Amino acid sequence: MQLLHIVLWFLLFTLTATAQDQFITRNGYISFFSHTPVEDIEAVNNQVLSIVDIKTGEVAVSLLMKSFQFEKALMQEHFNENYIESDKYPKATFQGKIMNLKEVLSGEKGVATVSGELSIHGRTNPLTMEGKITISDRTLRFEGSFMVTVADYDIKIPSIVARNIAREVRVTCILDHHPYP
Amino acid sequence: MKTRKWFFILLIGFMILGGPSTSGQDLMDILEEEIPETTSMVAATFKGTRIGTGHSVETRKRGVLEFLISHRFGRTNGGFYELFGLDESNIRFALEYAATDRLTVAVGRSSFDKSYDGYIKYRLLQQSSGAQSFPISMTILGSLAAKTLKDYLPEDKPSLGDRMAYTAQALIARKINENLSLQISPTYIHRKELFAPGDPKHIFALGMGGRMKITSQVAINAEYYHNFNPIPSISPTNALTLGIDIETGGHVFQLLLTNAITMIEKSFITETRDEFFKGDIHLGFNISRAFHLAKKERRSQW
Repeated sequence: MQLLHIVLWFLLFTLTATAQDQFITRNGYISFFSHTPVEDIEAVNNQVLSIVDIKTGEVAVSLLMKSFQFEKALMQEHFNENYIESDKYPKATFQGKIMNLKEVLSGEKGVATVSGELSIHGRTNPLTMEGKITISDRTLRFEGSFMVTVADYDIKIPSIVARNIAREVRVTCILDHHPYP
Repeated sequence: MKTRKWFFILLIGFMILGGPSTSGQDLMDILEEEIPETTSMVAATFKGTRIGTGHSVETRKRGVLEFLISHRFGRTNGGFYELFGLDESNIRFALEYAATDRLTVAVGRSSFDKSYDGYIKYRLLQQSSGAQSFPISMTILGSLAAKTLKDYLPEDKPSLGDRMAYTAQALIARKINENLSLQISPTYIHRKELFAPGDPKHIFALGMGGRMKITSQVAINAEYYHNFNPIPSISPTNALTLGIDIETGGHVFQLLLTNAITMIEKSFITETRDEFFKGDIHLGFNISRAFHLAKKERRSQW
């Protein structure tokens, strides 16, 4: 009888612990912005998947490249067909960790430093970014932005449109998580 | 007592191994399961709205106005006297407007026969992959063409109706993989304009075409139209077009070699008389410039 109690308490403890630790979003926002003197190009993705574990500080983000919406339909087609090759490399992912987890959780600092690896177009590079983080019982909001160098991900921009597409694009993310599951 | 000790050891082991310490990879696995099952439409089966001379299944997105300039020179086997065909030319200007993502309407004018043409093109079915996949794309096309060249004697001036031809096409294509796309185009042409009294009014043809992507910007195309009941009085040949697509931003540039000097369906399918393999080859090009008249609606939450 005593054994059963211990087992039940243990199960209860582990289950509730996981429930409070993880936060997820299925419709996070990530946009990128390319500025050149010739033109500005912006694309928005509102179907970003992101999960944060505040016990370990681990973070994972995943999105479908085809979900980026452009102002001009032809740009979107060229992005998927010619540059990103969405059929071959459908997803972009980020796996990382909140480096200053203690500070963030204690509420000392509202800025999280996230460090990890970003994969786009089948290439992976290290990435560190800073962003505003707010955590409550029901939500975890992360707002950040960082620069991505197009050439680092082996994305070839033909010389004829090189003046229209920036070498570095600014990526902005706003991720409103809620408890998982 | 002994069993109880073992039990605790197992329990501690379980806590270490299976406790709530998830790694980044585990989180990625959770996201993997969360990916909604989506259906994605297969885009860019062809780069242009034409494979070479004839139409492809492609239509432009809503609000795009395409200005299309098509040009065919004379026969390259005309020799130096004709500067290898460059002396002669047929040019077609057209404005092609995508009223919706599926519907395009267009008007055009060709210098050959001083023809005016118009078409309506509707994307009926679209190839898709994912949750609800569909194997092919199908676009239907209806076009009409009017010849306005004054090639008649003043006393027997034909009515405009007698100088018309109508075309109906079903364009059926499949993007086999990211590089290869194939299309068949069953075609029916109704000719009011006859060269000789016994000429057929109803002409049936089958178009076959394909494209092979070479690089992200360049593709090669081939297109052939087989005419099942050619007009006997002019003994026409079947139109064959080989081409290269070069895409740059808002332009598509198509460079072609073809035995057809015209670009409208009734004409290149039923009136082509040059023989490709005897060297009656015309150099040609299609240039399109897309203008975005309507801004795309965006679901913006922020």
